[in-house]
Amino acid sequence: MKASEPKLLKEHKAGNLLVSISAVIAGILAGCILLLIIGHNPVQAMSDILHGAFDGRRRIGQTIAVAAPLMFVGLSVGFAYKAGLFNIGGSGQMLVGGFVASCWAYYGSDIPRPLYLFLIVASGMLAGAIWGGLSGYLKARFNVHEVVSCIMLNWTALWVLYELIPAFIPDPSINSRSFTVPNELTLRTEVLSQFFPRSYINWGIIYAIIAVIVIKIILDKTTLGFQLKAVGANKYCAEYAGIKVNRNIIVSMVIAGALAGLAGVTYYCGYSNMIYRNAMPDEGFDGIAVALLGNSNPVGIFFSALFFSILKAGKGSLSASSGIPPEIADTIIATIIYFTATSVLFRNLWNRLFHAVYEKRLSALGTTQGGVK
Amino acid sequence: MSDYVIEMLGIRKEFPGIVANDDITLQVKEGEIHAILGENGAGKSTLMSILFGLYHADRGVIRVRGREVRINSPNDANDLGIGMVHQHFQLVHNYTVTENIILGKEGGFVLDTRQAGKKIKALSEKYGLNIDPDSVIENITVGMQQRVEILKMLYRDANILIFDEPTAVLTPQEIDELMEIMRSLAKEGKSIILITHKLAEIKAVAERCTVIRRGKLIGVVDVASTSVDEMAAMMVGRQVNFKVEKTPARPGSCVLSIQDLCVMNNKKVLGVKNFSLDVYAGEIVGIAGVDGNGQSELIEAITGLRPAESGKVMLLGQDITRASIRERNEAGIGHIPEDRQKRGLVLSETLCDNFIIKDFDKAPFSRYGFLNRKEIRSYSSKIVEQYDVRSGEGVDSLAGKLSGGNQQKAIIGREVTADPELLIAVQPTRGLDVGAIEFIHRALVRHRDNGKAVLLVSFELDEIFNLSDRIAVINAGQLIDIVNTSETDEYAVGLMMAGIKKGEGGGHESK
Repeated sequence: MKASEPKLLKEHKAGNLLVSISAVIAGILAGCILLLIIGHNPVQAMSDILHGAFDGRRRIGQTIAVAAPLMFVGLSVGFAYKAGLFNIGGSGQMLVGGFVASCWAYYGSDIPRPLYLFLIVASGMLAGAIWGGLSGYLKARFNVHEVVSCIMLNWTALWVLYELIPAFIPDPSINSRSFTVPNELTLRTEVLSQFFPRSYINWGIIYAIIAVIVIKIILDKTTLGFQLKAVGANKYCAEYAGIKVNRNIIVSMVIAGALAGLAGVTYYCGYSNMIYRNAMPDEGFDGIAVALLGNSNPVGIFFSALFFSILKAGKGSLSASSGIPPEIADTIIATIIYFTATSVLFRNLWNRLFHAVYEKRLSALGTTQGGVK
Repeated sequence: MSDYVIEMLGIRKEFPGIVANDDITLQVKEGEIHAILGENGAGKSTLMSILFGLYHADRGVIRVRGREVRINSPNDANDLGIGMVHQHFQLVHNYTVTENIILGKEGGFVLDTRQAGKKIKALSEKYGLNIDPDSVIENITVGMQQRVEILKMLYRDANILIFDEPTAVLTPQEIDELMEIMRSLAKEGKSIILITHKLAEIKAVAERCTVIRRGKLIGVVDVASTSVDEMAAMMVGRQVNFKVEKTPARPGSCVLSIQDLCVMNNKKVLGVKNFSLDVYAGEIVGIAGVDGNGQSELIEAITGLRPAESGKVMLLGQDITRASIRERNEAGIGHIPEDRQKRGLVLSETLCDNFIIKDFDKAPFSRYGFLNRKEIRSYSSKIVEQYDVRSGEGVDSLAGKLSGGNQQKAIIGREVTADPELLIAVQPTRGLDVGAIEFIHRALVRHRDNGKAVLLVSFELDEIFNLSDRIAVINAGQLIDIVNTSETDEYAVGLMMAGIKKGEGGGHESK
């Protein structure tokens, strides 16, 4: 496309960015077609979503607040994936992280704020790390597949909290959820709130950006990342080279769990501020799509989390203004996710296109061969 | 014109950074056995993949029986009567021969295996393949599995048969049988394309031979009137030495001492039984034996990939029987593994990362847990240069993009550069061409001459005799005998490989 000297013709290959972006565009187009079929104006609907996500500083703040937990879970899934593991336990890890942080809010309201913030973040990470590490341990020790243990631990977390919430952090009036963490005990902060008034924006997004950078460094620059990737890419070779495969499986699930635990902290002590006793957080699964679209690359995950948060935040406004039921809005989002999940199709499509261009150029160079198309 | 069943004219295929086929022309006559000779990475497999519809040529024309065709997939190739026996068999292990052969060609809803079985039996008899259609794949030998692959092509009425390195996995007797089968196929009018780098095979069966080097056509020769040396020179581009030059060994102190070692195999029975062997500095000890007689288990127990049941492994006087793999690596074991793609390399990572995979956390490659990319690169470039590892993008090439020979050179470069006291080489030249074999053999001998110990496992007697100073023969997990290479011959070792000990000894126990 660009730099192509006539002498050294090179065939272009589709990059990850191009693949992800075309998947997103195709997903949006498919969503539009769906809207047309049910008799709505897709342009109107899309602008409703954008309106819901960006119109005014409050909405922008809201969108950013939604992005933070998605980013954390996306990083969690992506990190585990690099080590060859599929962390589908983000929801459970979020729940335990959020619960532990909420306990500090309930019992530790007089702790000085800097120490308090450190404590909720650290303990939330620790709880998520233990929850994720458990899956890693089960895999390393007993060869239990992490998908199985992760799903079971999701439900374990849900039902354990079902009992623990009324016992330790009850809401005085309603039995179905935990107490509401008061604003001053959440990650919300005047520094950010003044820019985005009345939104749920909180320190979470800053922590998430730091996490993106830290995970990127771990994966690209450290011996830890080197080992994890080697185990993920070929555990037989890693074993042969003397890398402790089982230890690395546990470590990567611990780190993945810690990231998801942090997602729980930002979600339950920053965004929603309460835990419903009977609800599995969607973010744990959305994170899989985030990681997929971001190609498990921390920077890619940053942008794909933003993209998903726009959809999530804009969804409400879509149904409110155009009367599209929220289920349909969810379907449209699911369509977009579906397309991003099949991004490999787009890679093939682009590569075929590039190849055709390349062939055409070759023959244009004068080296014509009879049968070449 | 339509003298040729297959014509590939002016084929060009480029991969990132490498021209795999550069204006190659191949013409195969009806009923001939046509060999394609070339080093690994020369572009033989790419050319055949194009013919078989796995790749698209960037340029060039393919004609089948004079008619220009476009082959977009193996199905297209099948429809044109082109069949291929791949290097790695594509069989379902718990299915019978018949089921494997009709897989994908079942036709209709009800499976009629009886009818198919009859046809298969008839084909098998016609070409002397000697296959029972009802046996299950996992119960038959590798040689028979290959014949099932041949039957699969015949069943699909293929009359242009491509054999991709067919003898890599066979024993000498099986090779002879295969050659016989190929001849009878050709006699029946089938055209055969034989991809190989083994000159003896070409000499034995082929009529004409197309030689390819580094993606370019070197020439087409008449096999009968061309000598092996000439063909080898065409393939490699220079004169080759089949014999390894080496001086007599000057053994030093004991490096590896295996004492009464017993190791379980995957079936949970003893794969290695009371095995004892000493390997000294400055010598190459070859372990001769038929594949599957405990070699893998023995090596895995020495390198730590498999626990020892009983007995001892001592390295430089230090007991390492229970040491971790890493501790053994650090104590001075280098290992060229049997399966280079599974154990030897991380195919989806760069050469750089593969070169430091054992030492990534040591200075100078990292400090305080952070990798030092600059050091890693310069170290890797050195290995690439010294060991002539050819790839599209140098040290940044993904290991999986290299040809088999270059992958092996990369592994050998990594292991030898680490300068281990004991270098274990398992099948170091399996599936490689003459040029690469020569190179690797020299590297092993040089390592010995530097005063290090080398333990070689090979299923090819030629290689054992060429390299080893002493030969230890293993049969059914037991050491049959250890002999000096200069005092024995292939016949005697062959007998021992079958489990028969030399006249003077009594029983099998070596202790």
